[in-house]
Amino acid sequence: MKMDMSQYLDVFLEESKDHLRNLNASLLNLEKNPRDNAGLNEIFRAAHTLKGMSSTMGFNDLADLTHHMENVLSDLKEGLLEANSYVVDTLFECVDRLQIIIDGIESGTRVDADNSELIMKLETIKSGNYEAAAVLENELPTIEPGESTSINDDNVFSFNEYDITVMKEALSNGYSILHFKIGIDPDCMMKAVRAFMVFKTLEEDGEIIKTNPSAQDLDEGKFDKEFDLVLLTRADVSNLADRINNVSEVKVMASKTLNLDALLTSGTSLRTENKSEVASSAATANDADNNKKAHKIKQTVRVDIDRLDNLMNLVGELVMHKGRLEQIGATHKVTDLNETIEQIDRISTDLQSVVMKVRMVPIEQVFNRFPRMVRDLAKELDKEVDFLIEGKETELDRTVIDEIGDPLVHLLRNALDHGLESSSERVAKGKPRQGNLILRARHEGNNVYIEVEDDGAGIDQDKVIGKALEKGLITAKEAENLTREESINLLFLPGFSTANNVTDVSGRGVGLDVVKTKIESLNGEINVDSRPGQGTMFRIKLPLTLAIIQALMVSVKDEIYAIPLTSVDETTMITKQDIKMIQSQEVIMLRGNVLPLFRLARLIDLPDDLTEDAEMYVVVVRKGDRQIGLVVDTLIGQQEIVIKALGKILAGISGIAGAIVAGDGNVRLILDITTLF
Amino acid sequence: MDTAIDYKDQEQQVTDDVVQVVAFQLGDEEYAVDILNVQEINRLLNVTRVPRSPDYIDGVVNLRGSIIPVINLHTKFNLNKNGEDEDTRIIVFQFEDVKAGIIVDKVSEVLHLHRSDIEETSKVYNSMDAEMIKGVAKVEDRLLILLDLQKLLGIDII
Repeated sequence: MKMDMSQYLDVFLEESKDHLRNLNASLLNLEKNPRDNAGLNEIFRAAHTLKGMSSTMGFNDLADLTHHMENVLSDLKEGLLEANSYVVDTLFECVDRLQIIIDGIESGTRVDADNSELIMKLETIKSGNYEAAAVLENELPTIEPGESTSINDDNVFSFNEYDITVMKEALSNGYSILHFKIGIDPDCMMKAVRAFMVFKTLEEDGEIIKTNPSAQDLDEGKFDKEFDLVLLTRADVSNLADRINNVSEVKVMASKTLNLDALLTSGTSLRTENKSEVASSAATANDADNNKKAHKIKQTVRVDIDRLDNLMNLVGELVMHKGRLEQIGATHKVTDLNETIEQIDRISTDLQSVVMKVRMVPIEQVFNRFPRMVRDLAKELDKEVDFLIEGKETELDRTVIDEIGDPLVHLLRNALDHGLESSSERVAKGKPRQGNLILRARHEGNNVYIEVEDDGAGIDQDKVIGKALEKGLITAKEAENLTREESINLLFLPGFSTANNVTDVSGRGVGLDVVKTKIESLNGEINVDSRPGQGTMFRIKLPLTLAIIQALMVSVKDEIYAIPLTSVDETTMITKQDIKMIQSQEVIMLRGNVLPLFRLARLIDLPDDLTEDAEMYVVVVRKGDRQIGLVVDTLIGQQEIVIKALGKILAGISGIAGAIVAGDGNVRLILDITTLF
Repeated sequence: MDTAIDYKDQEQQVTDDVVQVVAFQLGDEEYAVDILNVQEINRLLNVTRVPRSPDYIDGVVNLRGSIIPVINLHTKFNLNKNGEDEDTRIIVFQFEDVKAGIIVDKVSEVLHLHRSDIEETSKVYNSMDAEMIKGVAKVEDRLLILLDLQKLLGIDII
């Protein structure tokens, strides 16, 4: 029988990815505590489920490989094998292969992978132990031998009159009415698929007229480890039961022939009047039962990202129109409108924050792949490291999450390669053999901080300066006057790389400047704190979201612009006398610092009639580590804005980051400080 | 039965031989665009200037929450500017995923043009802007310049 499984493919992919993550995480754990049986069970369960799922879906290479992994794992569990580094490495290799296969399935470029080499490896590991054969039975999916269940409760179903008529008809035509209680392996991850397969099998030889829970719930996997069904068939009970048992992870717990007369006379099942009541009380009992189990599992829905973006756009528009409504209320002095506007205000603010929250994803998603990466790298570099992750539940906007992975990989690689010393060096310095590497995320106000900290050698200031001189990034004269902080910041200059020899790990031409550019494109900041001999910490500061930001609204002539608040350091007021000239560049002194001064009007091609106004407003903006004064006509105020793109035709105009729709319905442009000058 | 066949024939003719266009005025000239690309025609909205953009782009407008660039064909084609008045409109059109508006002095009407009435560009028009023009159509004593929106927007469709 060929079944169309494509509708389950998405579920399969999502879930197998979860299992792979689990496998990776618990294998790492196992490596640390080889005798941790709970951990082993976790790995075994993940591998087992993967095997079941992939054979259901017909991915035999996956199933075969996981099957062999399972063999080794079960020996480990029994204590017949020891989880030494060779075994763990091989298992890691297998997980990598699984990942490749699953990625292949997802991208549709799947070929049946040749896993024979890996399987051989697994076999050898296993054959290293001759008692292995004894545990072989363990490999088959077994269903917990439930107490021999019998069906004595006909109240499972509530038949209506129509059902009764159908059953009567069937009986008179020589069909029998069978009640099956079907059990599903509690570890089974795709219960709906199993139920579907049971249905398919049974419907070849009969008609299912009733199920409990309902067919729809079964279809959605909303049931515990067993379900009941009533089948009209001419086939033999034991034959049917055998065929159901052939479906993997499924077992017939009990079966019996229903006696229609008994049903009718007992009256318990024909509840035409109080049916709903009884059903609902049964449902509550069921719910209570389910609730106990549901406590542990958080209910989630997977939603297409496009839909979320769409929702966000709509909310943005709602917020905008709310603004317009406020203006109308104000200009026309409609007092009746005030209360309604306040209500709308409250609702739209709530709505906005809910949507924002929906878009938030725990940073775990990005962090999860790091333990494995750090482990492999440390092995490669022959360094001992204790990698610690803190605050992985910290939430960030999805758009930021998507972008932050690569910079973090870079920083972690840097820390391992350049930061941490080798074990022997550490011992010589009187440090513990094992280096510490900490990846930390936390919330603070409207920002998220991510820190990568190591207790390695710290940054060698002289080496950095030497390198910068060598590469001609600074002059000897400049080098003399650098503070420690300034010299460390040289690391972020384009074309800088401290690694003396380019290793495979880091220093492949892309330096920290790429990291910095990326972070800045996310409206974030990066800085570094390093003490010689004690370690280095890179700290990234990111806004919670990119879709809605705080901005300072300013005006020039009759045009209004928004400057993202993340780029604004302060605002100040100067007089014409404060402006000095240095090499035909206007500058001002601000608390001892010399800032170049630009007139916004000139930057955006407006006539700049050098007004002799006594005072003018200056917005001090930050471009990289440089402060720049921007002269504007007036400061309008701070505002929360919803960023919109300018579209294809106007994409890539320097100095403009996007547009917003203001409360009055007019479009205002957002200045991009990094490209404005 | 006969009527059904007739209807079908007509349909066939419409798709094959006839194009529906929106005709409008720019300066003293009359232009037209294929109606299938036109999304809507609006009164002039508040245009926000975009600094550092090409000079034929007047700016952007807010069309029910979307930001749409407005192209000024007067500038692009070096036509006399009449200034804004009661008749000034923005024709908003969509091509693939690109939306844009053009400012026109007046929207005249929707016309059915027979393909046979359209002269190819090279025969009548020979200038820098020729590639943005699909052809010229004769309607009674009027001449309509048919614009190629795709070229106008510089969209490359592979």
